[in-house]
Amino acid sequence: MREAISQALWEEMERDERVFILGEEVGLWGGTYAVTKGFYDHFGAERIRDTPISEAAIVGAAIGAALTGLRPVAELMTINFAFSAMDHIVNEAAKLHYMFGGQFVLPMVIRTVSGGGRQLGATHSQTPDAVFAHFPGLKVVSPGTPEDAKGLLKACIRSDDPILFIEHATLYQARGEVPEGDYTIPIGVSKIQRSGKDVTLVTYSKMLELSMKAAEKLAVDGIEVEIVDLRTLRPLDMGPVVESFKRTNRAVIVEEGWRSHGVGAEVAARLYEEAFDYADSPIKRVAQKEVPLPYNRALEQLALPQVEDIVQAVKEVM
Amino acid sequence: MADIVTMPKLGFDMVEGTLVRWVIAEGEKVAKGTVLAEIETDKATVEVETNYNGIVHKHLVSQGSVVPVGQPIAVIAAPGEQVDLGQLSLEGGIKPAVSPKQTAQLNQHVTAEEILPDQGFLPGGVKTSPVARRMADERGVDLKGIHGSGPGGRIVKKDIESYLTHPSVPQPVLAPLGVEPQTESTDLVLPLNRLRAVIGRRMTQSKQQVPHFYVTHEYDVGRMLELRSQFNNLLLENERISVNDFIVKGVAQTLRQFPNLNASLVDDKIRQHGQVNIGVAVTVEGGLLTVVCREADRKPLRQIAMEIRSMTERARHGKVRPEDVEGSTFTVSNLGMFDVENFAAIINPPETAILAVGTAREVAVVVNGEVKPGLRMKTTISVDHRVSDGAEAAHFLQALSVYIHEPLRLIL
Repeated sequence: MREAISQALWEEMERDERVFILGEEVGLWGGTYAVTKGFYDHFGAERIRDTPISEAAIVGAAIGAALTGLRPVAELMTINFAFSAMDHIVNEAAKLHYMFGGQFVLPMVIRTVSGGGRQLGATHSQTPDAVFAHFPGLKVVSPGTPEDAKGLLKACIRSDDPILFIEHATLYQARGEVPEGDYTIPIGVSKIQRSGKDVTLVTYSKMLELSMKAAEKLAVDGIEVEIVDLRTLRPLDMGPVVESFKRTNRAVIVEEGWRSHGVGAEVAARLYEEAFDYADSPIKRVAQKEVPLPYNRALEQLALPQVEDIVQAVKEVM
Repeated sequence: MADIVTMPKLGFDMVEGTLVRWVIAEGEKVAKGTVLAEIETDKATVEVETNYNGIVHKHLVSQGSVVPVGQPIAVIAAPGEQVDLGQLSLEGGIKPAVSPKQTAQLNQHVTAEEILPDQGFLPGGVKTSPVARRMADERGVDLKGIHGSGPGGRIVKKDIESYLTHPSVPQPVLAPLGVEPQTESTDLVLPLNRLRAVIGRRMTQSKQQVPHFYVTHEYDVGRMLELRSQFNNLLLENERISVNDFIVKGVAQTLRQFPNLNASLVDDKIRQHGQVNIGVAVTVEGGLLTVVCREADRKPLRQIAMEIRSMTERARHGKVRPEDVEGSTFTVSNLGMFDVENFAAIINPPETAILAVGTAREVAVVVNGEVKPGLRMKTTISVDHRVSDGAEAAHFLQALSVYIHEPLRLIL
């Protein structure tokens, strides 16, 4: 997936000279997750800008650049640090277009990394995606496959809206086919990643990988799981989710973040609102335990959703 | 401030009751604890007391009406109070349109809107998943006739589908039987009374759904009968202890060692009850009732005898209280008084087992190679094979013999 994201950035920078990258260690070092390795030598210091260690400065500068007609791609080392730039993200980026009556557009992308599982401790391992998806005016995209990552990132860079593009810390090594040539994938469109008739599993990002594994295991027991990958958290495309739920009558939502007020809560509520009469059993959620994520490897894994948790939840709704 | 009296829920499986008789007429005074009406449930006729002081402003249902649990049956108001009944006119015809929650207790003026919301009612309190309910609506299926296989008996999609594939699933007879065309004119055709219908439904359900097995054991009851007559010589006529009281006590103490037989199968779990509540089958007019001696393992024999006697009295006079018939965890059925050698009983769901007790008889027994007269009594336990096995049942009967052969242990 690292290469897919890298390709998307490279191709968009080649295609449009207004596109530039800014962030901590993105230039000389090549990016904390090595996504922009080689970019500095090719595109130069003007378009690959190393910044001070100040997330507020990074996002603030990106907003300013976007308002003046450039198309910045800001990189925040992890989503945990986005809290330092929260005011810029939710009070400026998400609202300027609205507050100036549409006189401005903000064609900016904030790329960042979410998720736990790498023993980085409680403050560097969070999955607060739902927090950002709360604000109208900010689009939140979070792909689960290399193909989607490339196509969606290119679409984000070409979009005139401010977008938070959330990658997952343990998906950079994920492998998958990526189509040849230039392509984009529309923002705000969910996708059925696996077809099945018994249960609808709604998920995104890293949990897509776990859900696919759970589906394999459940298939052995004769349970056919349909997996809907949200890909975008805002705007949330419930179409394929509802359509699938109407066929299976059962749903499990799998997210890596905490359960309370999370993505699962939103999806479940919408399913009850839009398809109550199709439910055959209560909708279940699989999510992170409600604790700060432990550093200890064993405890960390216990707190994060596991394949077995998903299998169990699916069996419970059957 | 008018108060609404609703049809009480007197048992976990009660969905409706028949208002047999109004004890207090409209316009008469009631106080908290006054018996307002008599209600016949699946299991018994019970007296309904009011929780309010005031006068009976209006009976909302007429005598003989079948009323769903939670539906208003009467309005109690302060003397002289004007009550706005609105369009609330249920007399004679019960509209199945009220959920218990919505009718709980209204503190203000009673209006039709407050009492009779049309939304969200499920006939007879049937529990379904939303999709099952929609499918039933679309296909005109009566949910009451469908067995729910989901958690807590919830009717789920699968149940509707299988019902639609095999709609001929036999259903217990609930309504009085009509006259069959081939009936001879000399035949006497009787409608099933409510109790008979309920027994029929429950026993059919038990025999269809609970895999019974039976184990019989013979006991030497010589010492027990001797001890009993010693006791009874000391007691007044109306305090006397029956053979069955000994057995109830013995069974209760033995069950403490066999929690699996004092259990209920709930979904896929066995619930071993913390209390040992022994049900005793009692013949009443028109059928059979089970009165319940609670925590019989902890009560002295004399108290057990007294409780069972008074509950039996109440049951036979149609005055049984809800607590008399609810909550048994194991049942004893005794036909000893009818000179019965042995019989097998049907399990009373959701219990796991029932003990059928025959008559203590004088028979020829072989003792040390010699034939001698002896007192013997046979019992047969019927057990749910989903919960327990033959060996456990046999062990139980053996363990019971410790008490029956040495009945002083029941006094210790």
